[in-house]
Amino acid sequence: MGYLFMAYTIIWGLLAGYIFILGKRQKDLKKELQVLEDWNAEK
Amino acid sequence: MKQPSMLMDRVMYALLVPAMFISLYLIFIWSPIEKQMGASQKIFYFHVGTAWVAFLAFFVVGYYCVLTLKKPTESRFINAGISAEIGVIFTTITLISGMIWGKSAWNTWWTWEPRLVTVLILLFIYIAYLFIRKMDGAWERIAKLSAVFGIIGCINVPIVFMAIRWWNTKLHPVVFGEGKNQSGGGVEPEMLLTLLFSLGTITLLYVFLMRKGIEIEKMRLTVKKAKSKVIEKLAS
Repeated sequence: MGYLFMAYTIIWGLLAGYIFILGKRQKDLKKELQVLEDWNAEK
Repeated sequence: MKQPSMLMDRVMYALLVPAMFISLYLIFIWSPIEKQMGASQKIFYFHVGTAWVAFLAFFVVGYYCVLTLKKPTESRFINAGISAEIGVIFTTITLISGMIWGKSAWNTWWTWEPRLVTVLILLFIYIAYLFIRKMDGAWERIAKLSAVFGIIGCINVPIVFMAIRWWNTKLHPVVFGEGKNQSGGGVEPEMLLTLLFSLGTITLLYVFLMRKGIEIEKMRLTVKKAKSKVIEKLAS
């Protein structure tokens, strides 16, 4: 039972980690894009 | 009116979240416990599922790499890269879950057995592929160079699959098509249904991650273009 728990914890941990990284990438790019668009609109 | 991609995202969520819960219910509650290996055998459902998606992801990389060699385009390059990244994540999950299963079944974390070695080589090829993509230089040259690695990795996929059949090791089980005439093996109907459902769910997860990755990379291109606009304005 211990091995089963360990395996699924790692599987879900890695998947959650990857989805978190994707989310962070998207959030950072959105922020960067907003700053650039604002700057372009001002000038 | 909602954009089609947003609508598709919602459909994906609506399918994926219940499918994940159903999959976990089937694995932990509904499917029977295997007599020899006990509860640890349940690792099999996600171990096989992630391995299948890793193979699928690498075939997709291979497909886009062939197209890139013919005529490199940004979308082909992006699709291949995203699929390779997902493939690497899923191969890592396959290896780790396999090691844990190996520890419970063979009492060792690792053994230099053909399936494990070929999977490890596959993982290294695609890690190298991802590094090559990040190299400095002319974009088209890098796309073509990385495409060669992508295709080599893709050729390795059938070798990984056939490894336990060609080298006939007794350690790694051949679940389906065991024996010389490949008619042996098989699992209980409940186990088979759980496995098929898990395969479907993880494939759906792959499609979801692919879409998300492509969306992010397209956004990165938009940022790049906006940056060039800023530079142009500053220069003029």
